[in-house]
This record gives sequence, C-alpha cells and structure tokens, in this order.
Amino acid sequence: MSDFLLQAAAITKNYAGVHALKGVSFDLRPGEVHALVGENGAGKSTLIKVITGAVTPDSGTLTVGGRHVPHMDPHTSRSLGIAAIYQQPALFPDLTVAENIALAREPGSVWRRVHWKTRRRVATELLERVGASIDPDRIVRTLSMPEQQMVEIAKAIGADARVLIMDEPTASLTEREVEQLFKVTAVLREHGVGTIYISHRLDEIFAVADRITVLRDGETVATRPVADVDRATLIRLMVGRELSAVFPKRRVTAGDVALEVRNISHRASALRDISFSVRRGEILGLAGLVGSGRTELAEVLFGLRPADAGEILVGGVPVKIGSPAEAIGFGIGYVPEDRRHHGVVLEMSVAANTTLANLNGVSRHGLIDRSAERDAATGYLQQLRIKAASIFADVGSLSGGNQQKVALARWLSTNPEVLILDEPTQGVDVGSKAEIHELMGALAERGLAIVMISSEMPEILGMSDRIAVMQAGRIRAILPRDEANQDRILHLALDEPSSERRVNVH
Amino acid sequence: MASRHRREASVAAAILLLLAALAVVAPGFFVRENLSDLLLANVPVLLIAIGATLVILTGEIDISVGSVFAICGVVAGLAAHLGLPMLVIALAVCTAGAILGAANGALVAYVGLPSIVVTLATLVAWRDALRWATQGAWIQDLPPAFQWLGLPQSTYPFVACGIALILQVTVSWTLRNVAAGRAVYATGSDADAARLAGFDTALVKLTVFAVGGSLTGLAALLNAVRFNQIPSNAGLGLEMKVIAAVVVGGAAIRGGRGTLAGTLLGVTLLAIVGPALVFVGVSAYWERAIQGAIILSAVAADAFRGWRASLPPQAPAVAQS
Repeated sequence: MSDFLLQAAAITKNYAGVHALKGVSFDLRPGEVHALVGENGAGKSTLIKVITGAVTPDSGTLTVGGRHVPHMDPHTSRSLGIAAIYQQPALFPDLTVAENIALAREPGSVWRRVHWKTRRRVATELLERVGASIDPDRIVRTLSMPEQQMVEIAKAIGADARVLIMDEPTASLTEREVEQLFKVTAVLREHGVGTIYISHRLDEIFAVADRITVLRDGETVATRPVADVDRATLIRLMVGRELSAVFPKRRVTAGDVALEVRNISHRASALRDISFSVRRGEILGLAGLVGSGRTELAEVLFGLRPADAGEILVGGVPVKIGSPAEAIGFGIGYVPEDRRHHGVVLEMSVAANTTLANLNGVSRHGLIDRSAERDAATGYLQQLRIKAASIFADVGSLSGGNQQKVALARWLSTNPEVLILDEPTQGVDVGSKAEIHELMGALAERGLAIVMISSEMPEILGMSDRIAVMQAGRIRAILPRDEANQDRILHLALDEPSSERRVNVH
Repeated sequence: MASRHRREASVAAAILLLLAALAVVAPGFFVRENLSDLLLANVPVLLIAIGATLVILTGEIDISVGSVFAICGVVAGLAAHLGLPMLVIALAVCTAGAILGAANGALVAYVGLPSIVVTLATLVAWRDALRWATQGAWIQDLPPAFQWLGLPQSTYPFVACGIALILQVTVSWTLRNVAAGRAVYATGSDADAARLAGFDTALVKLTVFAVGGSLTGLAALLNAVRFNQIPSNAGLGLEMKVIAAVVVGGAAIRGGRGTLAGTLLGVTLLAIVGPALVFVGVSAYWERAIQGAIILSAVAADAFRGWRASLPPQAPAVAQS
C-alpha cells in the first residue's frame, strides 16, 4: 500500500500551443484536505480535468491508491473512487434525491429491478452521515443550492469515493452553509477520504486545509503544510511572476470623459453601487476574479441587463441604455468573452460579420450597397491583418485570433466612442495577441475610450492606464497605472486586508 | 460561394433528370393541360413555402399553415359572398393570415414558447374552431366574379404565376439586399450574436411569422378561386408538403442557412414527382413514400457533408483555471 491516495507527477498539457500545465506534481494523503490555489488561468481546472480523466495529459504519470494508471478516462476515474463536485451541482434536477444518489452506486443491468425501499434507506443513511436532513423523495430541483451540494457529497460517499474534489464549493453558499460544509469535511476526514479543495477565499483555505499547493502559470510553485504559510506568503507565491510579454503601451493624453457611470446597481447579478469613468484615449482595465461581476458590468453598459439604479453618462449626457441597439446608438461597442458563440456569427462571411452592427453605414436608401460592404470589409481585412481566404469566407473557418479581429472590425465599423472588450485575447495565439494589443493602443490613440476586462495579470498591467479591481459585485478600488502591481490587485480581488481599507462585506 | 449553392445545383439537376426521363418514357406529361394543372396546384404551395423559408431561416418552424390556409379560404369565400371587390378580398385574406401568423409569432418571440409546440397547438385549435364555426359545411354558390379572380380562365394562369414570380423575386431580393434580410439570417444563425449586434431578434421572429401568415392567406385565395366551392377542411397535411420542400431546397432546419431559390426548386421537384409516377405507370400510392425518400436523402447529404467537415479536429478551447 502506498501512503498516498493519489499522486500526479510531472503532468504537462498543451492546448493549441498554450502550455496549460508544465510539469505539475500533486499528491493527496488519506484523510487530508489539500487546498489547490492560484490565479485565474494558473492551471487548477486543467489539473482537475486530468485527475478526473476529462482531458488526457501530454506527459506525466498518475498513480491512484499505489497503482499506476496509464490511461485515465472519466469512467476509470470514477471506478477508482474519484469524485468531483463543482460550484454548480451536477445532479439530475427532475429526479428525486434518492434516485440521484442511487445512480452513482447501483450496479447491474438496465433491466434490473429497482428496489425503492432500499434506495430510500441508503439515501437517508448517506445523508445522515454528512449531517444533512433532506427527504430522499424530494425532487432535486426543489432543493436549495447548499442542499444540492450535500446531496452531491452524499452521492460521492455512497459511490465509495476515496478522493473528493471540491471546486469552488462555497461560491454560492452563505456563511452558515459554509460552516456546515466544513463540518462535512471533518466527517470525510474521519472516513479517510482525501479532499482536494479549490477556492479563491483564503479564509476558507486556512480554516479547512491541511496542506496547500500553489499553482502559477501551469507550474507547481510550492506545496506546504498550512501551518508553515501565512496570507502574505501565500499571495506572494500566487503572484510572483515577472511581466514576460512586452506590451506596446502608447502614451496617450486622455481627453474628455467618454463614459461615466454613477452608482449603478443590478440586483439580479449582485452588482452594487458601481462608479467609474473612462476618458477618450484611455484604456481602463477591469480586473477581478472570475465571478466578481466584470462581465455582468459590461452587459449592463451594453443594455443586455439594464441597470436597476444609478446613472450612465455618455459624453456627459445622461442616458438610459435598455437594449444593445440603444447602446450601439450611443456609440458603445462590445466584444463579448464568448467570441465563438456571441461575438461573431460563424455561419456568416467575414464581410457580413464586419458590417452586421452597422448596416446603415453601407446602405443607401435602405438597400445594402454590396460594393460599399466589400470595400469596408476589405479595408478592415488589410488594416487588422485578418487572415482569411477572402472576405466571403465563413468566419467559422478562421482561427481564434482572426475571429476576434473580425469581432473587433465589426465594432470599429460603427465608429464607436467607447469599446468594451471582454477577455480580448483569451484563446488567441501569441502572434494575434500582440497584434490585438497593438491595435488597442492605436485605437486609444485615435481617441477611443476602451474598457478592457482581462483575467490575465500581465495584460491588465501592461495595457491599462487605470485599473478598476472588482470583487463580489463592487469596484474595490481604481488604481492608476504606476501605482498598480500584481500584489495589490490580487489583494483587492481576494478581499484581503492589505494596503487597502477593508470593506465589510458580510 | 460556389459550394454554398451545391444543394440548389443538385436539386436542379434532379429536376432536369426527371424531366428528361419523362420526355423519353412519358411524353404525355408535357401536354399543356397537365402542365397548367400542375402549375396552378403548386402556386399556393410555393407562396406558403416562401413564408415557411423565412420562418425556418430564423430557426423557428410553423406547422399551423394548413389550418391558417383553411381559415383564410373560408374568409375569402365569405368575403366573396358579401360581394366585395377582389382587391378587398385579397387584403382581407392577407390580413387574416397575418393576424393568425402574428399570434404564433408573439407566443414564440415574446412569451418564449417553442415554435413547434405553439404551432402544433394552433394547428389543432384553429382547425377545430373552423369546423365548429362552419359546422363542416362547405361554402357553395360562389359568385362568378370570384372564379379565376374574375379573369378569363385562360388569363388566370399567367396572373397566378406572375404573382408567385413577383413575390419570389421580391422576397429573395429583400433577403439579400436589405438590412432586414441580414437580420433574418443572423437571428437564425446565432440569436445571441444577433442581439449583440443590435438586432431586435424578437421583432424579427414576430415579423417572419406574420409575413408567413399573410402569404398563406394569399395562397388560400389563389387556391379557392380555382374551384366553385370552398371546403372547410382544406390544407390537411399542407405543413408537411411545405416544410419538405423547404428542407429539400437546402434550408437548414436549425436556421441561418438557405435560399428562396432552393425553396422554389424544392417545391418544383416534389410537385413533379407525384404526377410523374402516374405517367410512368407506378401506383400513386408510392408518391408519399418517394417524397419521403427524397427528404431523407437531402438531409442525409447534409449530415454527410457536416460529418466530413468535422473531420479535421477543431482546436480545443483553452482551459481556464
């Protein structure tokens, strides 16, 4: 027998030339809670996917319960007793609690007889073990989020899980529910189950973990017992990185205020009391963890989620933005995060995509002027160096970077005053990335106000004139370029009491 | 661009092949009366198919056209009995159709119900409402001014074809050259992306349903004037005929792709197949089976192309931690 439930050694994984994991090692002992921390994009999710068999690593070895597993897939992973619960419970919402728990543990053929009594009894026992009193006959859809999480844990234990992965389990829980979850981890510990705990909340990590492993840029930075690290050290370990890329930041004298936001809120997306402004020629970086409300804020500004309260001023004039069409009318452009799904229409040609938001600009008397459309598209093809077979090629046939450039071209053709870019270089190859950065600089120079959401620290620090850090639906601080550094931004994003005032959220 | 019109080309080829075979085996097919009958029977189908193409391009579907067709036919008959001028009758049926279509459209676009369920419900509801209202009675004794739109019987085919041609060309041209046409394609390809580009996708959907309804109304009128009575159960199974033609014509059932030229070819192919069988001496009972085979092969061709296109593995999305 090995002392470890799980060992991952020297795991590497590349996605289309991007190194997601560069030789990561990780291990888990029976009965311990091992926290996995790191910034957005550090490689936590990829490592979890390797362990659960969702992705196959390029190299490295996985050992489970002392046995080398040459080829991990989701089925093998489950049969070896590895279970994962995510921020969003993955249960069948229309089945009962008992059925959901039974699905993971009942062997046998499709035609076996279902013993309802046993199902119910087993479910009740398992739920009791995790300290939850939930009626096993209830339909999962009617349960609250924390109740569903308890069912997930009961299900994992019922399936004899030895390794339980909790990926941001507390993101949607209240403080009391978090305490309940911690009690459950204590129960798991007694049963010798090893828990991999992923969270952005450092308080929780210190409360629950035995050991901590820090990932950064796809590498293991450190693995230490929790007693050997303090917050400051942990954050330094998470951040400690040199700015590797060179950003073509141009010095632009900022002009008039192009967009100003005063105390806007959107209750349904938990955005509260947000105020900031962007000037012409300025790039405002919007930093924060995934889920801090950055995309939601962008959608409020673009009219996808009209604000409940507060004021939006475009060029100094108060406006109401109730739909994307209105936002476009006010000179706002938005390149969304999920480019493949919302930024471009994959089945349409480069030309049609380029002019989609500004058909008036290439129309005469309401008719689309094909030659004007061709000229416009050809112009952007050259200006943005979009690599496509022709302007008539479907956008779906282009590479990610070139699709992103088409999305940009669409908004440039509307001659916007304000451009909102959500993760503009996510999933884009290095060459196109530099070109997009270059282009952003050139646009700012032309007097465009840019709001850039990015999870990539070097991009935020390299491209922004000022940086607004969001945390839990608020802007925690707006830092001028020369006062910003990774450490400060991360402190603010994690809501850690460092140099900034502590805001009482609870 | 050429590859985009492959479907249109292959359906056209199938039609030519069929006609060539008929010319050899059954030259009787090309007798003037036969062709004229065929044409007049299918002009209404084409009009409805134009509307159905618009609806399908936005990613929705309307299976209630048969019932709308029946109601509009009765509306036409009642209006004729009132002695209204033909232009007013035409306006009345188009309005009736547009209202019924817009009702479907509003439920789909603004309430957010799935179009297949909404139009299945209205297909049944309107059919039975009409049966109740008319007690199953047919409208008889139509005034002579109603027959053939009040035109000489020899002129009518040209007028009917003229109307169909004008609509085919106008709608087709609008789809290509007016921003609203772009909006239809964009909505069907990716409604979220279309909304982000500033289109009002709900309005787009409402509009195509309403336009489809009014074209169905006009089709009902052009059908009714061919006979001296109007059945209250007209248009049974019409939705399948129309959707089949649109699909054979190459429109993607999930929206965003397709042309009216394809739809015209689809209507033509399916219109010829049935009568051709009779002329070749095959029992007419086979007509539907063969139509089914044509639809399946058209869809299979799509699936095959899609499968081949998916062969080079796509670059996986970069994972985020």
